[in-house]
Order: sequence, then C-alpha cells, then structure tokens
Amino acid sequence: MASYLIKRILATIPVMLFVAIFIFLLLRLTPGDPAAIIAGDFATDEQIAEIRQKLGLTEPLWKQFVIWITNALQFELGESFYYKKQVSELIAQRIEPTFSLSLITIIFTVAIAVPLGTIAAYKQGSWLDRGIMGFSVMGFSLPVFVIGYGLIYVFSLTLQMFPVQGYIRFGDSVLGWLHQLILPALALSVIFVAFIARMTRTSVLEVLGEDYIRTARAKGQTETRVLMRHALRNAAVPIVTVIGLAIAILIGGVVVTESVFNIPGLGLMTVEAVLNRDFPTVQAVILFFSVIYVLVNLLIDLSYTFLDPRIRY
Amino acid sequence: MFDRLRRGTMTAAAVAVTACAGLGLSATIALSETVLKVVPHSGLKILDPIWTTAYITRNHGYMIYDTLFGLDMAGNIQPQMVDTVSRSADGLTVTMTLRDGLSFHDGAAVTATDVVASINRWGSKDAMGQKMLGFVDDLSATDDKTFVFKLNSPTGLVELALAKPSSNVPFIMPARIAATPGSEQISEYVGSGPFMFNEAEWEPGTKVVYDKFDAYVPRSEATDGFAGGKMAKVDRVVWTPIRDKQQAVNALIAGEIDIIESVPADLLPLVNGSDQVYVKDANPAGFQYTFRFNVLHPPFDNPKVRQALLYAFNQEDFLDATIGNPDLYQTCKALFVCGLPFETDAHMDGLLESNFAKARELLKEGGYDGTPVVLMHSTNVASLANLAPVAKELMEAIGMNVDMQSMDWSTLVARRSKKDLPSEGGWNAFATAWAAGDLFNPVAMAFLNSGCDKALFGWPCDEEIENLRDQFARATSVDEQKSVVEAIQKRWTEYPTHIHLGQWNQVSGLRNNIDGYLQAGVAVFWNISKN
Repeated sequence: MASYLIKRILATIPVMLFVAIFIFLLLRLTPGDPAAIIAGDFATDEQIAEIRQKLGLTEPLWKQFVIWITNALQFELGESFYYKKQVSELIAQRIEPTFSLSLITIIFTVAIAVPLGTIAAYKQGSWLDRGIMGFSVMGFSLPVFVIGYGLIYVFSLTLQMFPVQGYIRFGDSVLGWLHQLILPALALSVIFVAFIARMTRTSVLEVLGEDYIRTARAKGQTETRVLMRHALRNAAVPIVTVIGLAIAILIGGVVVTESVFNIPGLGLMTVEAVLNRDFPTVQAVILFFSVIYVLVNLLIDLSYTFLDPRIRY
Repeated sequence: MFDRLRRGTMTAAAVAVTACAGLGLSATIALSETVLKVVPHSGLKILDPIWTTAYITRNHGYMIYDTLFGLDMAGNIQPQMVDTVSRSADGLTVTMTLRDGLSFHDGAAVTATDVVASINRWGSKDAMGQKMLGFVDDLSATDDKTFVFKLNSPTGLVELALAKPSSNVPFIMPARIAATPGSEQISEYVGSGPFMFNEAEWEPGTKVVYDKFDAYVPRSEATDGFAGGKMAKVDRVVWTPIRDKQQAVNALIAGEIDIIESVPADLLPLVNGSDQVYVKDANPAGFQYTFRFNVLHPPFDNPKVRQALLYAFNQEDFLDATIGNPDLYQTCKALFVCGLPFETDAHMDGLLESNFAKARELLKEGGYDGTPVVLMHSTNVASLANLAPVAKELMEAIGMNVDMQSMDWSTLVARRSKKDLPSEGGWNAFATAWAAGDLFNPVAMAFLNSGCDKALFGWPCDEEIENLRDQFARATSVDEQKSVVEAIQKRWTEYPTHIHLGQWNQVSGLRNNIDGYLQAGVAVFWNISKN
C-alpha cells in the first residue's frame, strides 16, 4: 500500500509539469496584453511598455517559465498583476466559498442520486423507473445557468425563501451560510444527480442478477437488507468512480454557478483573471485545481480497498 | 462501510433539513450602523487613481480622497478643499489657500506640501495635468495652507485642470504617499475624503468597504455635483460587484442591495416594473460612443476617406442598435458633448446624416481603392457589441471593403496599441465609449490629441489641431475658450481624429428607502441617506 501510494504521488509529477507547461503556453499564446489592460485607456505606448517591463513580460518565454516554475516549486505562486497581492493569499480568500459550494453539491448529489438510482433499478420497467430516467435525461440537457435562473425566479423572487445571490462565510453564520448555498448547490447538483442516478441504476441492475443476491433472498432477508447490504455495497466501486469523475466536471460547473449566484469563489476569480489576462492568477488556480483533481482521484482509488476487500495494491 | 456511508448521508440530510427548517429565521446580522450596499459597475482591482485611468478606480478615489476644486451641476468650477484663490495683475502668479479643518484619515492635517506633491504626481501621469504644468515654472508651498503657481504665460487651465472630474482626477494625498513615482502604484491608501478605505475588509474583486470619516469637515454650501458639502450620511458603504446584471437587478428588487450603479437599458423594464425601486441618472451628461481611426495606414491615413465616414454615419442607427430606448439616448452633433459648457453645433451642417452620395464622392476624391478595412469588433462588452456591425453596414453602403474581426475587449485593448499593418496584426478602426466627463474640453478629450507618436492609439498627427489646443489652454476667459472650441471643431471636420456616434445614458437603480443620490457625473456616495 505504501509503495503504491508513493508511486501514485510520483506519477503526479509529470502530470503537473504537463499542466504547468500547457497552461503557461496557452496563456502566452492567447491574444491580449495585461500591460495594456492595466494601463487603461489614456496610457501612452511608453507607459504600456514600462508596465510590461515591470511585470517581467519582456523576458524571453523560456526565462519567464523558468522563473515561474522555480517559484511555484517553492510554493510561491507569484503576485497578481492587478491586486498587488500574492496569488496564494487570493486563493486562500476564495477557497472557502468554492469548497462549500462543492461540498454541499456533492452531499445533495449523493443523497439524491444514489437512492434514486437504486429505486429505479429495483423497480426496473415501472413508471417510477421511467420517471427517474426521464428526469435524468432532462438533468443532462439543462445547462446550469438555466436551472439557476429558474430556481431564483421560483424560490427567491416569487416565494422569497432564499436569497438571490451572495455568500455568507461559515464563520459568520452557519445558518446564513447554508441558506445562501442551498439554491446554487441544487442548481449545480441537477446534472450530477442525473449522471450518478443513471450510473447507480446500471450498477445495481448488474448486481441484482448475481447469485449472492438470489442466495440472500433465499435465506429470507428483507428486500431492504438485500438492496442496501448486498446490492448497493457491491455496486459501490463504479458509483464511487463516477463520483470521482464528477468532481472534475464539478470544477467547470462551479465557474458558471458562482457567476450566476455571485459567489466570490475561485471560479469567479478564474473568469475575471482570464478576461484580464492576469497570468499569475490563472496559472496558479489551474495548477491548484489540477492538484485537487489528482488528489481526489487518488483518494477514490484508495477507497476501493475499503469498498471491496478483494482489491489490493 | 456502506452503513457508515449511509449514516453519513443521513446525518448530512438531517443537517440540511434542520437548516431548512430554520430558514424562516433571517440570517441577516443585526447591525446598528447604517450600511449602504452598492453594486458598482465593475470590481475594484487597482487602488491608485493616478496610476490607472479605470473608472472604477476613479470612483474609489472619490470615496476616500478630496479635490481642490469641483464642478457643480452646471459645469462651473467651485472651490472644494480650496478656500481662496488670488491672481496677480499680470496673471502670472496664482495663489491658493486651503480651508480650515482639513485632515487625512491618519489624523494628520492636510498641508500645502501635500497638495504640491499630489499635483506633481498627478501631473506626471495625466495629459491635462502635463499640459497645465507646462505653464507652471514653479509650484511651491509658502506656508502650511498656502501654495503658489508661478506661470510662464497666463492661462485659464489651472483651475480647469484641477477641477477635472474624470480620470485622472487630481486627488490630494499625503506628501509621503504622493512621493511615489507616477510609474509605480501607491501602497498606502490614506485620503482626506468623506469615507475611509477599510483595507482589512477588502476582498479584491468581490468586496470593498468604506467607513465614514468622522473627522471630515464638509463645506458649508449645499451639495451641488462635486461642489458644496460632502456629507457622509451612512456609516459604511460596501461595494459588491455582481457580474451578471440580471442578477444584480433581481437582488435590488429582492432588497438584498440598495443601489446598482448602472442598469443596462434592456433590464430597465424589470426595474420599472417593481414598486420597490426607482431609477436615477448619476451622470446626466452621459456617455459618448466614438469611432476611432488609425491614421497610420491606408485607407484612413487619408483625411478625405475619414471625412467620407463623417457623411456616411448617422448617430441614430448606432444608438438604436446599442441602447434601443430613445429615452436613454440623444443624437448630438456637438463634439464636446451636448449639455456641457463647450457644446456647439458649429461647422457640423450636413454631417452625420448618412449622406451616402456625398460620402462616395469623398471616397473617390480620397482615391479609395478597395483596401480592406480591419474593423475590430468587441463582443463581450454588452454596451459596445453592436457598434461595429452597424459601422460595417454603413461603410459597406458607400462601397468600402470591411473586414470585421470579432474579439474580446482584452484582445482589442492589446491590439489597438499595435502600429503594425492591419494585415499583420494591426488595425484600421474600432468603436468605444467615453464618459462625458472625459470629453468636456479640447485638452481633456484624449482622442483629439493629434500629437503623432504622443497621441493615443490611432496616432493622429496634425499641427493645426495641436496649436488650437494650446490656444485653448492659454485662453483666460470662457468666451475666448468657446471661440477656440469652435475653431477646433472646424479643423476636426477637415482632419477627423474620430467620430462621435451619439450620446447615451445609463441610469442607476435604487431602493425606495435611498435618498440623496447625486447627479454629479460620477457615482458618488456622499449625501446619500438610507431610511
């Protein structure tokens, strides 16, 4: 297990290096000059050139990369072109809203999708199964922002149950925090509920045809116990794998959801940074997301050993 | 394992249900202080209003800094921090004194030394400041409250420049901060304005907090634009930008915020449909759409071809396509903005009326040979997105070959500074907008600068316009200034540096309990009370 862990951690190094080179080059090749944006409408050519030099953008590309990657290896992610603050400080400021939104979305997703998928499998071919799968297709088809606006119209503007936008920090008010996040998390979780409910149904259906399920039933166990203890437990590995994949997709969804609900998280910061060509911020956030993604996948792989004792590393 | 997972899920669900049950309770923290919640037009990124010309940074400047002079609603220059102004008989010495009671947020008194340092820093960056300082042989503090301009030639530009309402505004900072070179950003944000910047609570891009400065001594006169008493009537002002304007309007209607600085024209029916909110225009003179030429390359290197567009364009088409609501726009032939002191229609007869026959004739005279015109089209700024397509239609109507290239605003900003050939990454034209405050006279109007390499992107080069701008700067009476403005407008019809495409307004949305929102030309938050 320890050697597997070390191997996996070492394997992330080339992945991260590839991400770093890719994002660095992508940003440099995108048209747009941060110096011209920062300088404003009245700036002269000389003023823009001066800013460009101060930002280190006049150095050759390879040199800029070496400086950046050397600093990044020492956990110095650089200073935002705009805010004159360390990007690590900005990330620390913005991580809580994004993490909160993701966490509640995952909780909603698992709490809704797994039971729905299991019920659909158990009631295969019934109206309930068709209804759940119909919802699943609809969930895939609706963009997050459409769902978001729909929820806002009904629950915020009409019923006035939830706020339209914004974020309250967990430390300021736990209830307020949850109150602010329910609608965005619901909006964001619809697509994942659709996705995971479908996967759960397929996995549970496969398992329900196995001999040990027949044996459990023959031994007189209740249907609930058969489903929960034998079927779902054995179907867990593919479901957890899909949840791991969903976390990657979640990052994209967070960007849109944070924009719609005005949640000051990393997603919103990334959009702003891309539009303003704030290279250090974009590079750092993408690297950060990549690390999170790699870590989540590592945890998912490790969780297999708990879910299925036959799996050994 | 699954049992554990199930138990965890159940616990999470229980927490959610409990929380939902408590949703009837307001999560709002009871505050005894009055907090004004504002959605500004964009997020505040840069805090130095001299280093950048971004409007949001200018507005931040108005919150925490004070100015020596201010324009009243009628556009007249009025003293703000200044108490007295005296001029020597030969007009070459201007002496100003500061009024009593001025102090910075750190408790130090505002002195003439701070003023001199602030003017020098501003003058090192701002074009109008540079022009003004060109007339100044010496600027010095003679005592704590008195500073003196020794001029090399009489000019009416001193007060006019110091009352400049838009970027860069000559804000007054402590001398130690103003000693920062103009090429570097300041790192300490201490002003003497009616509000203090709360740096500890600043969340870059998402939240800016300003606290009332209790020691601020406002002028005794009634508030009038940037002039008169700046009365801070709320304890705190919190700026929270909302990128999605639809959501900003929803939040305003739901009572989550108090003011939206700018409501897009297409969302106005939504605001007007609510009995909880009303609209008011902070900037009645509004904005002006502008079409900018690059005179370095064919075909716009030829003034005749540029004149052709003066005949081919009409403002209504542009305004209809972008604003759509006639209540929010006006056609205005005056280059220096309708409603401002230098408004004049002189020499504009027959222009901007889509006279295609005359435009084709001028194109022919200019020898236009079908050279493609690279027209940059910004797609992600809603208020600008429809300008280029209208320009393309009108240019094609007179036989021009237009290559409209769509891009985001950031790409356009980078590309407009390139002098390369249009076919090699350069450009021929693009459309943008200016706040009226940036256009209020020939020295302030950046696109009129025809100083060749010293001019803004587009680089017009015309000695006659530059001489006239100098004449304006030397003029010492308003009548004299007005006659120079007419001469400039005449010369501009012969050598167009840009074309104005009409004036438009962007109203602010306010909750009914908000009172006293000023129409100063910039969204400022003194004088506002929240009931």
